Amino acid sequence: MPQRILLGDEAVALAAVHAGISTAYAYPGTPSTEILEYLLEHKEREGGPHAAWCANEKTAYEEALGTCFAGRRSIVCMKHVGLNVAADPFVNSALVSMHGGLVVAVADDPGMHSSQNEQDSRWYADFARVPCLEPATQQEAYDMTREAYDVSERFGLPVMLRLVTRLSHSRTNVQVGEMRGENALHKAPKADTWVLLPGNARRQWSSLVARQKDVLAWSEASRWNLLNLRPGRTLGVITTGIARNYYRENVAALKEAPSHLHIGTYPIPEAQVRALAAHCDEILVLEDGYPYVERMMRGILPGKTKIMGRMSGELPPTGELSPEIVRAALGLKALPVLDLDGLLLPNRPPQLCQGCPHGHSYNALKEALEGFGATMVTADIGCYTLGALPPYSSIESCVCMGASIGMAKGAAEAGFEHVVAVIGDGTFLHSGTASLADAAAADTPMTVLILDNQATAMTGVQDPLIASSRLQAIVLGVGVKPEHFHIVDAHPRKVHETAAVLRKEMEHRGLSVVIAVRECKVAHAKHARIPEAVGS
Amino acid sequence: MKYDIVLSGVGGQGVLSMAGLIGRAAVLEGLNAKQSEVHGMAQRGGAVQAHLRLSDGVIESDLIPRGGADLVLSLEPVEALRYVAWLSPTGTVISSANALVNIPNYPDTDAILAKIRALPHSCVIEAERLADEAGHLLAVNTVMVGAASRLLPLKFESLEQSVRQTFARKGDAVLELNLKAFASGRKAFA
Repeated sequence: MPQRILLGDEAVALAAVHAGISTAYAYPGTPSTEILEYLLEHKEREGGPHAAWCANEKTAYEEALGTCFAGRRSIVCMKHVGLNVAADPFVNSALVSMHGGLVVAVADDPGMHSSQNEQDSRWYADFARVPCLEPATQQEAYDMTREAYDVSERFGLPVMLRLVTRLSHSRTNVQVGEMRGENALHKAPKADTWVLLPGNARRQWSSLVARQKDVLAWSEASRWNLLNLRPGRTLGVITTGIARNYYRENVAALKEAPSHLHIGTYPIPEAQVRALAAHCDEILVLEDGYPYVERMMRGILPGKTKIMGRMSGELPPTGELSPEIVRAALGLKALPVLDLDGLLLPNRPPQLCQGCPHGHSYNALKEALEGFGATMVTADIGCYTLGALPPYSSIESCVCMGASIGMAKGAAEAGFEHVVAVIGDGTFLHSGTASLADAAAADTPMTVLILDNQATAMTGVQDPLIASSRLQAIVLGVGVKPEHFHIVDAHPRKVHETAAVLRKEMEHRGLSVVIAVRECKVAHAKHARIPEAVGS
Repeated sequence: MKYDIVLSGVGGQGVLSMAGLIGRAAVLEGLNAKQSEVHGMAQRGGAVQAHLRLSDGVIESDLIPRGGADLVLSLEPVEALRYVAWLSPTGTVISSANALVNIPNYPDTDAILAKIRALPHSCVIEAERLADEAGHLLAVNTVMVGAASRLLPLKFESLEQSVRQTFARKGDAVLELNLKAFASGRKAFA
C-alpha cells in the first residue's frame, strides 16, 4: 500500500477522492481550510474531481447536496462555526433519502486558536440524528472518510466527520488505498423523498427516527470503538478522538493500565459504555471539546458509577486537551521542567502585516471619528479583526460572519448617532448582503465600510469569489443611494481624503457605503509570483 | 528511539520550513514522524510553534508533552524561552541570536540571550550573519537546521539530502547557498 505524508485535513481530502466523489465544496475556515486547498490542487493536477470555494457554508452545503440529489458523492467542508451557517440544509438533509453519499467534514477548534467559540459539532450530529465519525489519527481520518461514504449510502443520511485542530494540522504517514470510481448519475428512486412538504416531511422524519436503532447498531458494531476490560481494575477510561493519543502517551507511567473504551463513532456505542460501567467503579472521560459523552453518561438521575471529567473538575471545563492535562487527570505527577526564575515574557499576538491596506483604512476611520460624540464601530471576521488590538484599537465588536452590518443597524436604531460597520469583501459576500438590504430598505443612518482587499486573507489568501468591481453593482442593487456610495483607495497617501469621505457620510442621516480597495499584500505577492523566502 | 523537537519563531519567519527540512530527512531514514503545525490567525506576525516528533516506533500524541522535548529550535530568542516549559531538563535550546522586535514591550535582547546561555544546555547562533555570508538573509532557517544537525538523531547525509530535495527545484544558486548555510550552521554549533 502506498504511503503519503499528509495533514489530517489532507488525509480527508485524498480519502474523498479515493471514495469516488464527483464534487467538493467549502468556505475557508481554520482549521478546515486545507481540505479543499488539497482538492483544488488535486483538480488542477489531475483534472478532477470538481472542487470550488463557495460564498458561504450554506451555499457550499446545498451545492454538495445537489450532487447527492444527482446520485453522486460529494464532500462539504467547514469549520465548526461554519456549520451554524449551514445548519439549515444540514439538519434538513437528514430528512431526505440520500442516494449519493454525502460527507460533512467539520473541523472544531477546541482552545479557540482561530475562532470565536469552541462549540462541539458532535452535538450537531446528534441534533440532526446523523452518524458521526471522529478520527484519532491521520490514518483514521483517511479510513473513516472512505467508510463514511458507505455509511451515508447505506442509511441514506449525510455523515459527519468530526475533526479537531490538532489532527487537522498535524502531518504524518498515511497508507492509502485504491481509487473507487464515481457513482452513475441517477435521480432519487422516489421523488417525494426529496420534497419536504409537511406530508412528506412527517413520513421522512418518522423514517429517520425509526432508522436510529439501525444506526446505533452500526455504531456499536463498528471497529472504531475498542473496549478493553482488564480484570480487577476499578478505574475505567473512556477516550474519544485524539484524546486517545494523549491517554496512550501517558498510560505507560501508570502502575496498572485501567480498563479502556475508545469511542470513534456516534451515536455513542451504549452497550460498550454499559459493559465498561459494569466492570468499573469509576470512569474518567477524556474528550477534546465539550463534555459530550460525559454529560450523556451523567444524565439527570444519579447512577452508581462515579463519572469524572470536565464537569467534575478532573479536567478543565474549557479549552483543548493536551498530554499534560490528561497526565494530571490520570493522577500522574507533572514531568519536571526547567525553572526560568519567574521570567515573564511579553505576549506576541498576531498583527496586520507591515503596510497592510487595512491599517491605512483604520487610520482613516480613526481620523473620521475624532470629535464625534456617540460613535460605535461594529466589525466582522477576517484579518481586519486584528484592528481591535493596538496600535489601531479601532473596532468594538466581532461576533459572527456578517454581524457587523446588522448590529450597526440595531445600534443606530437604538439611538447611536455615528455608527460604522467594518466588513471585508469576503465576509460581505458570505453574509453581509442580506443585512445590507435590511439597512437599505430602512435607510438606516449608518455607514458601511467594506475593506476590499480582493482576497480571503486570514485563512491563507484564497482568491475572491467575484471581482471587486462587481461589489458596486451589489451595493447599488440592494438600494443604496448612489450619492452616498463611494469607492476609495486604501493607500497611505489617501488616508486624509478617505477620512473626509467617511466623516461626511457619518454626518448623513441615512445609509452610506464606502468601499476601500487595495489588494492584500500577501495576495499581491502571490499573484505577481514574487519568489517566496529563499529559505522556505 | 524517540526524539521530540519544539520549533519556534514568529509567523512568517519560516518555522514550518525548518520542520520540513528535518521531517524529510527523518522520512529518508525510514523513521516515523508527526509534525503538528500552527495555521490561521497566529501566522500573522504572532508567536508560532511547531512540534516535530521522530521515532522508530509508534508516535501517539501529535503534541509533545511539557517537560518532554529533547530540543527547542528557535528562530527568535524570546520565542526560544517561551517554549522552555516544553523542554526536558536534559534537553537543549538552540536559538538564533537575532531578535525580531514587532511588539512595543520587547525585553532587553542581551538579557534574553544571557538567560538562554544560562540554561544547562544551550547554544546561540548568529543566524542572520551566517545566512548573509552564505548568500541570503532568508536562509536563516537552513542555518538553524545546520546547527541542530549536531544533535538530531539523523545522519548528516540525510539532512544534506533533505536540503538538496527541498531547494534543487529553486535553481543551482539557491541550492548552493542553502548547502553553504547548512554547513555554516553546523560548524557554528558549539
